[in-house]
Amino acid sequence: MSTALQIKNVSHKFGEFKALKNVSIKIDSGDFTVLLGLNGAGKTTLYSLITRLYNNNSGSIKIHNFDVREKSSDALKNIGVVFQQPTLDLDLSVEENLHYHSSLHGLSFGDAKERIEEEIQRIDLIEKLKNKVRSLSGGQRRRVEIARSLLHKPKLLLLDEPTVGLDIGSRQMILKHVKSLCKRGDLAVLWATHLIDEIDKGEKVVIIHKGEIVESGDVIKIVKKTKQKNIRDAFNKLVGVKV
Amino acid sequence: MKPIIYLRCFKGIVLREALRFFHQKERFFSALVRPLVWLGIFAAGFRSVLGVAIIPPYETYIPYEVYIAPGLIAMIQLFNGMQSSLSMVYDREMGSMKTMLVSPIPRWFLLISKLLAGVFVSILQVYAFLIIASFWEIIPPIAGYFTILPALIFTGLMLGSLGMFLSSAIKQLENFAGVMNFVIFPMFFASSALYPLWKIEETSEWLYYVCFYNPFTYAVESIRFSLYSQFNFEYTAGIVIFTVIFLILSILGYDPARGSLQKKGGS
Ligand SMILES: Nc1ncnc2c1ncn2[C@@H]1O[C@H](COP(=O)(O)OP(=O)(O)O)[C@@H](O)[C@H]1O
Ligand SMILES: [Mg+2]
Repeated sequence: MSTALQIKNVSHKFGEFKALKNVSIKIDSGDFTVLLGLNGAGKTTLYSLITRLYNNNSGSIKIHNFDVREKSSDALKNIGVVFQQPTLDLDLSVEENLHYHSSLHGLSFGDAKERIEEEIQRIDLIEKLKNKVRSLSGGQRRRVEIARSLLHKPKLLLLDEPTVGLDIGSRQMILKHVKSLCKRGDLAVLWATHLIDEIDKGEKVVIIHKGEIVESGDVIKIVKKTKQKNIRDAFNKLVGVKV
Repeated sequence: MKPIIYLRCFKGIVLREALRFFHQKERFFSALVRPLVWLGIFAAGFRSVLGVAIIPPYETYIPYEVYIAPGLIAMIQLFNGMQSSLSMVYDREMGSMKTMLVSPIPRWFLLISKLLAGVFVSILQVYAFLIIASFWEIIPPIAGYFTILPALIFTGLMLGSLGMFLSSAIKQLENFAGVMNFVIFPMFFASSALYPLWKIEETSEWLYYVCFYNPFTYAVESIRFSLYSQFNFEYTAGIVIFTVIFLILSILGYDPARGSLQKKGGS
């Protein structure tokens, strides 16, 4: 199995404030991994470093062996991102938004059209293709963003709190959809969230707290290691939350 | 990466800018109405006060509205440059700038494409203005409609790259209103847009130097000369130099390893 994402000893400061402290993470192809941490834990900062919105001065970040600093173009080619804040153009149609993204990845018009149809069908929104994004619900917009992030067939999909602000129905649908994406191929997913109920037993989780990785691995193993009943209690114990 | 990839990316960025422009009707109309209002106010108010003697490129005495037309054209481009950089600050806060910056295509190319897309939109606005202005009897020689085009590309690039530089340097949207006041208005008034430089020199020598070195004056004068199918080397050279400076500053500003994103992004 190949390694989709390898982060070694990455730290990051905002002025004097240490937002990330010596973070190391490894994610294999085909894995669905949850990056779990409270608000302010450093999840978005870590994503900004992986996607090179921020520069990493320490340690190394590799996507399929491409270092983001030295081979940023090759690294970025293999990443799909769904940012925490919405990033679709509200005044453009779904289709126009998706074509714009395809062109940013250098897809030809024909290829883009084909890929857009595939992905839009997968999220079941083909009838909204010509609609303005403004007319879509929050959940639909998020699904479009997920479809968009997959147009260029990335090998690593990064999602930053993709279900925040959505109703339960949309949340479950999106979660199920993304989990199914991993099953069918070699796509690796890193799903950042502060919602513990988005984690299933058989999955992998990386727990981040105040900029440090406090634990990572199979959910079952973490539960066992911390001698708790479930992942919620394990998390609370690890980050020192009293319940 | 193959050249075709760059071309597709460029096309995509220009298309998005154009679509956004046409979808936002208010923006299109305010872009047109603004110079026309100014034309109405200034031309009516000042024409009696300011006689414009014969200066190049004009060969006869000209009405005041003809004199200020190039300045208003440059103003369209100045506003457009600031507006697209405003949208970059906004996009960055809202995140759609991020989707562009995480593209595998080199960042300098993305920024220049974005800049050219803005220039393209500003040129559409200028031609719309010229059509309306022709009813005002602001009619350059027919050839001028064509020879103005290369000048508009250069001046658009200069004013757009100025805006882009400002957008990389400004952290928040709120600060942008300040920039409008401290950049747009001083640039416009301390230039040759409303009165010829010799007239300013008569009044105040230091103001004359301010106007003389103001990049906006270079834009106004290049447009003025090109509208009469004349080429002025000094103004064009000035524009190229200013553009290169602003462009380098903004590419550095958006470089993750340097510049203001870095200050914003920590270390
Ligand atoms: N641009 C910034 N400047 C200063 N501090 C920041 C900046 N971005 C994030 N932080 C701080 O870094 C910490 C981690 O933030 P973030 O990565 O957004 O957390 P999360 O996404 O897990 O909620 C927070 O304490 C936040 O206040
Ligand atoms: Mg966050």
